[in-house]
Amino acid sequence: MATSEILEHPAELPPVLASGPWRWMRRHFFSSIGQTLLTIVVAAIAIRTLWFLLHWAVLDAVWVAADPQVCRDAGGACWAVIVEKHRPILFGMYPYDQHWRLVLMIVIYLATVIASLTPACWKRSLLIPMWIASVTAIAVLMFGGVLGLPYVPTSEWGGLPLTIILFTGSVLFGMPIAVLLALGRRAPLPVARGLSVVFIESLRGVPLITILFVAVNIFPLFLPAGMEVNKLLRITLSIAVFFACYQAEVIRGGLQAIPRGQYEAAASLNMTYWQTTRRIILPQALRICLPAMTNHIIAAMKNTSFVIIIGLFDILTATTAVMQDPLWRQFYIEAYLFVALVYLVFGLALSMYARRVESWVAVGRI
Amino acid sequence: MNAVSKWYGAFKVLNEISLEIQKGERVVVCGPSGSGKSTLIRCINRLEEHQKGDIYVKGIELNDSVKNIAAIRSSLGMVFQSFNLFPHLTVLENLTIGPTLVRHMKRKDAEERAMHFLRKVRIPEQAHKYPLQLSGGQQQRVAIARSLCMEPEIMLFDEPTSALDPEMIKEVLDTMIELAESGMTMIVVTHEMGFARTVADNVILMADGNIVERAEPEEFFFNPKHERTRTFLDQILKH
Repeated sequence: MATSEILEHPAELPPVLASGPWRWMRRHFFSSIGQTLLTIVVAAIAIRTLWFLLHWAVLDAVWVAADPQVCRDAGGACWAVIVEKHRPILFGMYPYDQHWRLVLMIVIYLATVIASLTPACWKRSLLIPMWIASVTAIAVLMFGGVLGLPYVPTSEWGGLPLTIILFTGSVLFGMPIAVLLALGRRAPLPVARGLSVVFIESLRGVPLITILFVAVNIFPLFLPAGMEVNKLLRITLSIAVFFACYQAEVIRGGLQAIPRGQYEAAASLNMTYWQTTRRIILPQALRICLPAMTNHIIAAMKNTSFVIIIGLFDILTATTAVMQDPLWRQFYIEAYLFVALVYLVFGLALSMYARRVESWVAVGRI
Repeated sequence: MNAVSKWYGAFKVLNEISLEIQKGERVVVCGPSGSGKSTLIRCINRLEEHQKGDIYVKGIELNDSVKNIAAIRSSLGMVFQSFNLFPHLTVLENLTIGPTLVRHMKRKDAEERAMHFLRKVRIPEQAHKYPLQLSGGQQQRVAIARSLCMEPEIMLFDEPTSALDPEMIKEVLDTMIELAESGMTMIVVTHEMGFARTVADNVILMADGNIVERAEPEEFFFNPKHERTRTFLDQILKH
């Protein structure tokens, strides 16, 4: 019968369902007695919580105060602590009168990264000189000692610039290592395969803290007397290698998803192993595992805070140190919320960008 | 090819196959699935390794020498059942990647050659699309053009139409017929008996790793010598 109806009315349109906010609410919140009760209870809790937060964070909050006593009397959030302490939180123990160098460094860094992530700039002739220029400029700004800038040793670096350096360094060094390890694990040569497996499994099985501790305290014992590798560099490389071991396993997943036919087609065109890997296999594999790679890159950003155990003052450690001040100490929640916000901004930017890239991949733009 | 054997584990796929193909000859290999016909042509360009016997292509022995393998592969083109185009590259890039990377051709020359072969397979207007935006028949014609861009002397076809809808089979076969008319040496594994009858110089029936019968098409289809050939033809031509 249904068939005959369709045949009789070939141009029949689907019925327009009643819609509107009330209908939507009824469907999703009040469709049964149980659901209605649940809706009321949850709404009550939500409203109470939001009311409290509104009072604490906005209505009763103190925004500017040179004296912490004002905060204590107010009873709400003390955002004044951030106004008061933002410089040591963001810049650590770096000499106070030189902080402008760090602001400039962050601006150069953000500009370089944003440019590098824009497809219009993906030309080797542009990216390589740009990175060389930025890294040089950042090194000059951070170290000083030339152009009339006072010298600042790495032991005095801290705060957001240190977090940025650790994070960027570990991703830039870590990604190539990860790709090599992933390829090694699937290589035709048993030696390369064995080495990659041992490397990945042994480092993945150890907490990052242990690796950092070894890099800082034990590694120097093996160096010949008088030779020294900068502590910041050692730590960056340790985080990079740790990151690479996880990322390698993600990339291996992408490699395994490439059908055998791709290798065979490349072989029948007489392409070598490296040509096939670089031009055919990796471009496809990396696209496939993009979401999982983003995941580990964001984790790497937060892993930089582990340097607390070896006495580097990244943004989180700097905050902890700053909040030792007995006058302001009780407002540590506000200070940590501020740091959380900084991490959140970077993390959100990363994941939003990754989602953008995924959509480019989906439409074949890259 | 002389007394070539290959095993998959304990299973013998190729049983002392001996076969000689002249320059310019068009050979169609058919046979039931599992008879070893795909393995046979995949051995010729070393996608599979034969374990006994010798294979010579243009007088070069196919052995473990990387140099020999490269020399042999450079005179062979291969077309696969599942096309195996590179999905992340445009049609044009699929065609130019071999010549530029392997033959160190200039990009401009490679693109000219690519367009020449795209016109030959009659889809020059698709050059800037990605493979997955094309129909199966178009993809297979791109795959044929990709092989031709490497200027092979011998073309191997491994069931080129088996993954295609009926209406697309014809466009691919037409392309292959044109290629045959241009004098290309071709070894084609296929079930398309019409193609075998019109194009092939020789038709080979394989079963259980052996060559059962090798004959000219007239002889093969109308006067087969072996019982096995007759039952195979009965099965395949009944419909």
